Amino acid sequence: MRTLRTNVLVYLLLALGAIVSLFPFYWAAVSATNESGKVFAKPPILKPGAKLWDNISNLDKAIDIGRVVSNSLIVVTIYTALSLMICTMAGYAFAKFKFKGRDALFSAFLLSMMVPFHALVIPLFKMMAAWGWLNSYQALILPNLAYPFAIFLMRQNMQAVPDAMMEAGRIDGVGEWKLFTSIILPSVKPALAATAIFLFMYQWNSFLWPLIAASSKSMYTLPVALSSLFGLSRIDYGQVMAGVTIATGPIIVFFLLLQRHFISGVLGTAVKE
Amino acid sequence: MRTKSYIPYLFLTPAIVLFAIFMVYPILYSFLLSFQTSQGGEMTFAGLDNYRRLFSDDIFFTALKNTFVLLVVQVPIMLFGAIVLASMLNSIKRWKGLFRVSFFMPAVTSLVAYSIIFSIMLMEDGLINQFLGALGIKAIPWLSDPIWAKAALILAMTWRWTGYNMVIFLAAMQNIPESLYEAASLDGAGRFKQFFAVTIPQLKPVILFTAILSTIGTLQLFDEPYTLTKGGPSDATLTIGMYLYQTGFRYFDFGYASTLAYVIVVLIAVVSFIQFKWTEEKA
Repeated sequence: MRTLRTNVLVYLLLALGAIVSLFPFYWAAVSATNESGKVFAKPPILKPGAKLWDNISNLDKAIDIGRVVSNSLIVVTIYTALSLMICTMAGYAFAKFKFKGRDALFSAFLLSMMVPFHALVIPLFKMMAAWGWLNSYQALILPNLAYPFAIFLMRQNMQAVPDAMMEAGRIDGVGEWKLFTSIILPSVKPALAATAIFLFMYQWNSFLWPLIAASSKSMYTLPVALSSLFGLSRIDYGQVMAGVTIATGPIIVFFLLLQRHFISGVLGTAVKE
Repeated sequence: MRTKSYIPYLFLTPAIVLFAIFMVYPILYSFLLSFQTSQGGEMTFAGLDNYRRLFSDDIFFTALKNTFVLLVVQVPIMLFGAIVLASMLNSIKRWKGLFRVSFFMPAVTSLVAYSIIFSIMLMEDGLINQFLGALGIKAIPWLSDPIWAKAALILAMTWRWTGYNMVIFLAAMQNIPESLYEAASLDGAGRFKQFFAVTIPQLKPVILFTAILSTIGTLQLFDEPYTLTKGGPSDATLTIGMYLYQTGFRYFDFGYASTLAYVIVVLIAVVSFIQFKWTEEKA
């Protein structure tokens, strides 16, 4: 009897937690479809309205949302592809080879995870300014391409690849690069997916660096554009909520599709060490 | 089969080159900058001037205090909540996956986006005060009162990060041997007692891991106060991360901003070290 009662209580508490976790998303999406002033309506409006297109077209007038979304997409796509490749190669070297300086180098990467981005931001800004790269895609993409946590994730997962697989390839005379691309990579596909999601989310949500390095309106990424709208003295809430929904919607869909990989691949790996 | 010894270095080259240019060099450079001041646009060596300036800088102490209040209040609440949620989730059989995804969802949203949502919900006549009103509680000045503004930040950060930490704890709980719970239960320990006698001690290394991650995150907190409370009212939610941004990119005082950056570096090192020692001793 006692366990039945506690079970019901546990489910109730969990359901309450789930509602609290999900409600703000729902409310943001609903507010994006209602008239601007209605976010403060009494009683609150919790049903979708018909103003979504009005809000989006206002948003477009204010910040050229098409341009902003494509800036974000360009930066995130190129960043994720390059970083995944670089970090996977590094993780492979750390996991599957013995060489001089390996442990020291790996420790250096791990230790750098403790360094706050704030400690890099001023030199990075000065470098980009000196190269004339402020307000460019490369300024947004280059820092953090060698992402220590992604290297760590790939190393952990590569360690599970049996050495026998590599040796068999080498005996057959497969070259090192071919060995890596056609034998190693296919065997760590879930880890690649997990790391890719991690990198994608990191860059999609990144704020401080784009705020500093891409301050001209035509180079705004989504978080910077939203922040600038929200900083205005007269805020159009419908517009802002439409922007928030555009910024969160795709990443939620992306996450839901791949969440199994992400949760076990990223967080599971982090804990095992 | 021996492979040629330069092979691993080839695989590492891109990462090492990028790491050297965009991580190692900036770290050293900002260390140098922290000893310099700007004289008519030129950086000149100023010895410990910037570090001395810290001690007479009231705004710095306000930011430092705010950051620590957030750290000391928010991190324990969040981690405890995450462990409780994880052990509840670990004890049920149905809908586990559904709950896990729901709790994790806040952690995928951009910091700016969720800060905006919370800022609007927490406004004077916003949704949360309306909800409290329905329960008979008077409207709370979330964004205009210095103490409530901190509470607003804590509330928002807890919403965003609890599920994230919960998923980490949940993964770790699956490695706790069932036999420990059986032994405890034979000794007459109920669920509640098992939680404190088995779960918490077994999770100690993971608690340390998440505590250090959260500490690093909170010490460099920027996006949330910048968006949600804009540092206000009257600097009540100004964090060191925000103060650094203002110093560097509003007043373009790169020297002093770099000093602030090194304050954050040292704080992270010291606090992580203390947490590490503390957990080690208790284990």
